[in-house]
Amino acid sequence: MNVLNEWAFIGMFAVLAPIFPALPIVIAWLFRPRKPNVLKSSTYECGVETIGDTWVQFRVQYYIYGLIFLVFDVEMVFLFPWAAAYNEMSLFGFVAGFLFIFLLTDALFYAWQKNALEWK
Amino acid sequence: MELNAISIGFVVFTIFTLGGGIGVVTTRNLFQGTIWLMVSLFGVAGYFVLLSAPFLAAVQILVYIGAIAILITFAVMLTRSVTRIKTRYIRLVPSLLASLALFLILLLGVTMPIFGGVSPEHAPATVASTRDLGAALVDENGYVVPFLLASVLLTGAMIGAIFIARDDTA
Repeated sequence: MNVLNEWAFIGMFAVLAPIFPALPIVIAWLFRPRKPNVLKSSTYECGVETIGDTWVQFRVQYYIYGLIFLVFDVEMVFLFPWAAAYNEMSLFGFVAGFLFIFLLTDALFYAWQKNALEWK
Repeated sequence: MELNAISIGFVVFTIFTLGGGIGVVTTRNLFQGTIWLMVSLFGVAGYFVLLSAPFLAAVQILVYIGAIAILITFAVMLTRSVTRIKTRYIRLVPSLLASLALFLILLLGVTMPIFGGVSPEHAPATVASTRDLGAALVDENGYVVPFLLASVLLTGAMIGAIFIARDDTA
């Protein structure tokens, strides 16, 4: 039952947290007057009428940003266990970790050089 | 099955995983399919928690839901007519055969040590901690070569993506 004790709080959060946003919606649904008309149910954005279709094609730059984020996300995943074992590590392991960081810094440098980080 | 917190958690996470998977293959909207995929991946993260691998659970949430699902979302948004794609291909027999074959392979792989796995009776009694994982990653007798290859792969992925995107915009 060790697993239960460690994760009981997260489990309670997972159950209770969705109730908080759901409760006002349910209460509002119970007490609101229901008088829809065309103007009320029209789509708007910040009080302004929308121009064109909502489902527009995104720019490829978003994807590049997402991919660069993914690369450093995965780097973090590898570096976390490395950092956890830092104190009992040989010089070889220390150098291997830094080689890992160096190779990815290289990729970041390439992205910077090619102006991939700039929003055009 | 004994009714305790772990078995209840297993049932809940199975509902998440399978329900999300059913959602992915039944929805005709690609964007909604991505959302269902996140639900399914969350269920898998729950399995990792039940298997006493909290680090892998965190990785599952961070990398799969936090990054890969976002990349899939962007890929869907990059397609020209996002919701108007009518995906209505019903090939029942081939898809049933393919999923059945995959299920059998995975079932054999899990229950029998045929892919180099360890059978349950030979599994070590203690669960490897995150620290053991880190030590094995950079050990010269462990996984240091795959560890550095992963970094080369990530570098290659990033350079390739930037190269292709630049070629597209130029």
